[in-house]
Amino acid sequence: MTSDELLELADKQIAMGELRGSPSDDPVNAPMIRHWLDAMGNRNPLFLDKGLAPPSMAQVWTMSGVKRGKDPSPVDDLLKALDAHGYTGVVATNCEHTYHRYVRVGERLTPGTRFTSLAGPKKTAMGEGYFATWNVTWYDEDSEPVAEMMFRVLKFRPRVRREPYPLKPAVNRDTAFFWEGVRQGELRIQRCSSCGSLRHPPGPVCPSCHSTEQGYVVACGEGTVYSYVVHHHPPVPGKETPFVVAVVELPEGVRIVGNIVDCPVEAVGIGMSLRVTYRPMDDELILPMWAPRET
Amino acid sequence: MRTLTDDEVAIGSVLPELSIELTPTVVVSTALATMDFTPVHHDVEGARAQGSKDIFLNILTTMGLVERYVTDWAGPEAVIRRINVKLGVPAYAGDRLSFNGTIVSRSETDYTVEVRGKVSLGDHATGTVTFSLPES
Repeated sequence: MTSDELLELADKQIAMGELRGSPSDDPVNAPMIRHWLDAMGNRNPLFLDKGLAPPSMAQVWTMSGVKRGKDPSPVDDLLKALDAHGYTGVVATNCEHTYHRYVRVGERLTPGTRFTSLAGPKKTAMGEGYFATWNVTWYDEDSEPVAEMMFRVLKFRPRVRREPYPLKPAVNRDTAFFWEGVRQGELRIQRCSSCGSLRHPPGPVCPSCHSTEQGYVVACGEGTVYSYVVHHHPPVPGKETPFVVAVVELPEGVRIVGNIVDCPVEAVGIGMSLRVTYRPMDDELILPMWAPRET
Repeated sequence: MRTLTDDEVAIGSVLPELSIELTPTVVVSTALATMDFTPVHHDVEGARAQGSKDIFLNILTTMGLVERYVTDWAGPEAVIRRINVKLGVPAYAGDRLSFNGTIVSRSETDYTVEVRGKVSLGDHATGTVTFSLPES
């Protein structure tokens, strides 16, 4: 089923209009009100004094209990369809109550549910998903509405958490700028703030002038193979063999070590033109690697 | 408990904070009092198995506590007309839920109070409650 088909099903469920459920098993009653007030820490005397139910208890009267079946609702088929399409996560986002009047002890309420909208697919912090909205109205014995609820959930496709990559770079005060750059898609090269010479890998002291003042420049992201090895054995955690480790010469004048990817190992050669590429290794780590430069 | 009168409420009136310690007893007793038997509200292992760090407050309770927050301050005769809540982070057992609120508007008959319920992870519930006071 495509997203169009999900939206079509939603239109069908909306067109069904309101489905009435069964009346509540018990009429509005003082014991349940007392229990509810006690659990909520609500000391408002109005309800038990006057035989009224707290308004936000509206939904409580028609909850389905532990083992009893639920009334059919236009919402169920849609939620099932969303599950079937991988949108298995659910989180409620909005709950809005409107109270037309407070109900009295002895009244029996009947819910009516209508599906009102499906919006998506949308990118959210939880993952891609659909916002599904439905409305429940509670009616008294004269079929007059006493309370209404709008309820919205996000049905989302849970993100698959990747196994953490076992080889973590050592990040310290000298190298933090480099890894921060990688996160932002920049290849940063340390630059001595006193004499201006570039150096890589980063270190605390300039080998030319011995200054500890340091900054960085952003490299253009191109390079050529200066030297390389093809690693066949032994196995390396998190890596599939064979893989290429290269010393890449940058036009800025420094060399940097990295893997060459997107290229058969036998096609790698000295002098090959490369371009940097940023590869997510797990949910947190990004490593800069090198791929053949397209000509 | 006394109900506030019209001249005691104005736009900008600030409600006193209500802070509730979310013991497992609070989470479980409110879930059961609202007839919500979903395991994530009473079964720690069940909640953990589905990725939550602990049992957490159910939505019917969040709505009930928002109602209580406003009537604790406005008084028993205040009539709640509407509660609109945007749900945020879960309110786990072991955390503390603190409500703050301010009167933001009034119409001929109704007041609207903006409510924010915070836990250690951030906003659990934000929204508005509309109520009226009896004619004095």
